[in-house]
Amino acid sequence: MSAGQVLAGAAAAEHVRSGGPQRAWRRRAGDWLLPAFAGLALVYLLVPIAYTFAFSFNDAGRSNLVWRGATLDNWRDPCGAPAVCSAVVTSLQIGVLATVLATAMGTLVALALVRHRFRLRATTNLLVFLPMATPEVVLGASLLAQFLNLRIAPGFWTVVVAHTMFCLSFVVVTVKARVASLDPRLEEAAADLYASPLQAFWRVTLPLLAPGIAAAALLSFALSFDDFIITNFNSGSTDTFPKFVYVAATRGIPAQANVIGSAMFLAILAVVVLARILTARRRLA
Amino acid sequence: MAVASGASSGADLHLDRLTKRFGSSRAGAPAALAVDDLTLTVPAGTFFALLGPSGCGKTTTLRMVAGLEEPTSGRVLIGGQDVTATRAHQRPVNTVFQSYALFPHMDVLANVAFGLRRRRRRDAEAAAREALELVELAHLADRRPGQLSGGQQQRVALARAVVNRPAVLLLDEPLGALDLKLRRQMQVELKRIQTDVGLTFVHVTHDQEEAMTMADRVAVMNDGQVEQLGAPQELYDLPRSAFVANFLGQSNLVPGTVTGARGDLLEVALAGGGHALVPRGRSVSATGRVVVGVRPEKVHIAPDADRDGAAEPAANSFGTGTVVDASFAGVSTQYLVDVPGAGRLSVFTQNLGHAPLVRRGDRVRLSWAPEHGFGLRGDDDPAAGTLEHQDTAATDATAATDATADAVVAG
Amino acid sequence: MAALAGLSPTAAAGPPPGRRGARWTPYLLLAPGLLWLLLFFVLPLVLLVTTSLSEPVPGGEVGQTRPAFRVANYTEALADYWPWFLRSVGYGLLATVLALLIGYPLAYAIAVRARARPLVQQLLLVAVVAPFFTSFVLRTIAWRQVLADESVVVSALKALAVLPDDARLTATPLAVVAGLTYNFIPFMTLPIYASLERLDPRLLEAGQDLYAGPATTFATVTLPLSLPGVVAGTLLTFIPATGDYVNAALLGGPGSAMLGNVIDSRFFRVVDYPTAAALSFLLMALILALVALYVRRAGTEDLL
Repeated sequence: MSAGQVLAGAAAAEHVRSGGPQRAWRRRAGDWLLPAFAGLALVYLLVPIAYTFAFSFNDAGRSNLVWRGATLDNWRDPCGAPAVCSAVVTSLQIGVLATVLATAMGTLVALALVRHRFRLRATTNLLVFLPMATPEVVLGASLLAQFLNLRIAPGFWTVVVAHTMFCLSFVVVTVKARVASLDPRLEEAAADLYASPLQAFWRVTLPLLAPGIAAAALLSFALSFDDFIITNFNSGSTDTFPKFVYVAATRGIPAQANVIGSAMFLAILAVVVLARILTARRRLA
Repeated sequence: MAVASGASSGADLHLDRLTKRFGSSRAGAPAALAVDDLTLTVPAGTFFALLGPSGCGKTTTLRMVAGLEEPTSGRVLIGGQDVTATRAHQRPVNTVFQSYALFPHMDVLANVAFGLRRRRRRDAEAAAREALELVELAHLADRRPGQLSGGQQQRVALARAVVNRPAVLLLDEPLGALDLKLRRQMQVELKRIQTDVGLTFVHVTHDQEEAMTMADRVAVMNDGQVEQLGAPQELYDLPRSAFVANFLGQSNLVPGTVTGARGDLLEVALAGGGHALVPRGRSVSATGRVVVGVRPEKVHIAPDADRDGAAEPAANSFGTGTVVDASFAGVSTQYLVDVPGAGRLSVFTQNLGHAPLVRRGDRVRLSWAPEHGFGLRGDDDPAAGTLEHQDTAATDATAATDATADAVVAG
Repeated sequence: MAALAGLSPTAAAGPPPGRRGARWTPYLLLAPGLLWLLLFFVLPLVLLVTTSLSEPVPGGEVGQTRPAFRVANYTEALADYWPWFLRSVGYGLLATVLALLIGYPLAYAIAVRARARPLVQQLLLVAVVAPFFTSFVLRTIAWRQVLADESVVVSALKALAVLPDDARLTATPLAVVAGLTYNFIPFMTLPIYASLERLDPRLLEAGQDLYAGPATTFATVTLPLSLPGVVAGTLLTFIPATGDYVNAALLGGPGSAMLGNVIDSRFFRVVDYPTAAALSFLLMALILALVALYVRRAGTEDLL
């Protein structure tokens, strides 16, 4: 309980002792107790982000540990620190590749699982679910063992392969939900109206699945960009952004990393808020 | 794509020994026979209704005609051509679905033009607009289906199907989701469009009133088979089975035995002490046990008091009974009379402004003219097709399909 | 079962009926994804098991192993590292419980209390997911700086006498658990929110109509109906939390290392593949066992 809640409770208790109706007190306390708690939880969630943002303005040298003064230099020159930008670019490249592969394959699997009855259905469902239930350490370690065994040196492409693998499960689950909510009558109607199965898929199924596929793709990209553990095991000397930050943590992270992190945050925030406003506006139209 | 170009008028539809069995027989779960050896012909340009309770197989039959369901055996012929092997998108058949199935991501015009565009019609948009005019929705061409009311969606679904001028147009309980007034309005609309355009309409419904008002010919289905087929008046006036007698309107059915013949009339002694003369042409069986039936509005109800008074007309009679219920229903008054041995019988009398003839508790005589009665098979169940019977039948059907569903899933 | 829709009008979103020539379609659709998972998930796991049973080549280089059936790898690993197992499970459980205690009221506030104001709901949801918008590693490092002795926050807390003057927050188990909890609050909150959002408010009204006070209504109506969300949230938290090692590496000290750290070091620093593989497999088995027990107890089969 926070100090504020303690004080409020004490004040309310005073009220009781002074003879106010007990149920009214309980209701009033209950009324703002929950929102207060929620508010605090949200503040708690945003603390590191605020910190990252604040320290992106720090006039630090190599290591961004102690506040030395505010400056806009970091923002003006985000690629100032040598390895930061190349790590970000690598992360973006891997993210796009893994997303494209995982979304394409995952959508097909989701369609098969929901719309068709076949013998391997239960096994496939299980197989798709397992990577999500396996600790990342195990996934990363086993993949590394595989690559070493095949005498493939870990690097950029092994990371792409690894990311595609675990993103696949998330794509399937996301798209499956969307496919399940699709009225199969619509595809029947398309067939009734002279559309061949391929035409029906292209003109009816796919457009209606698009929001689900988009959500799956976004999720996949986010997971790939932010992944550390599996990447760490399978990247060799290639640096992705999270890996760069982790390795640099001992020496001191350049403020430019904070800039990148904050910029990402603001960009995504803007996109999400914009999307919500657009859907809200469309709903009112 | 080898699609028969939509004729300017419909073609006839012939179903030849069509059968559909769901699942396969497994221990403990018999395969569900949805449609059983169905043979019927729908003449070109007519409005045909497939009428029956839920679970009778009418929707399955429709889907087999549309190509959305593969028959276990039998053939579907449209305009003389065997289309059984063709896929849904190759058949000159269009469906108005029960849930409309309008494409939510396209506007109304695109929905209506969809079939035309798939068949590469040059003037798809113009034809679509024309179809929307036909259903009086041209002003909503740019809206999305989600922005329309139920009635409007239904008309768009109709336009989307009609615009393709199919050889056969199928309607799967399209009016089910509409309220009463709208439904009546749409019934008239549908009939008008069908006669204007000249297509063959096959309408599936469980609403017997709807079937009777709209259709030229009606097939009453039960348990995967056609019980009786004919014009609505024929079916109503002369049902050939207890199911049809009870499902279409209401009937009073009483078992009896043929005791003799008087020329063209069969003399029947009824259970409960009544007697009836039934024209031979109106009875399924002419000897032995028979079930005699008459519609409630054709029955004459009179107090039993004037037994020795006014001369009894040379009429059929169920005997004497007690009035158990008398309900005023505006147009008519509906009496429920308990005749010992014959059961609970209904009488509908038109309210012509008189004071009520009889009241609850009165003893009455029920009689009717011989030309109104009909005779059914002696072993026919007088309760077949009634509401209670339908409920239990529906529950049984659901249980059977659930069992089959489980069997299929496990496989 | 759309196939049986002909018999009963209600159609479920199941497979469409009677498609001809469609028997090979599902396999074609599955092929690429399934193949990928087989090659890069199943096979590596199999390889993990074989590696865990292999033995070092006598007189060979560091890390050279040859296939064998050395079950002793498992017993040795367990004997040496059981404290780390317990610690991982303990931290994971603690983080899950704390995330639940924070996440449930948060989800409740958003789903039920803010129901009347959808705009507020949307903003709150964005706020809950917002931490995801920055890098996970950056967030954790930020926490390290926030909890560091010289940070503004810690100094303020010491000034307010909430913390004793010589308290250290970093490199403690507390920091590790706090970091774990923090990172998984969105995973816990969102499924619970989804469950509560689907809750029909008329059920709560019915509870009140039947003489249940707010606390009773919550316990007997809301809580049981939100259970699927709670189960999903706890699984989404416990599984990754137990296997995590980044929080332990950045926020913890040598006394609070988790099993993930050991596996990492065995792989890269000590190059002892058999032990690392054995530990990985044991960790996975342990988590799966706990999850299976939990799911059976909670009775929710259809999580997906």
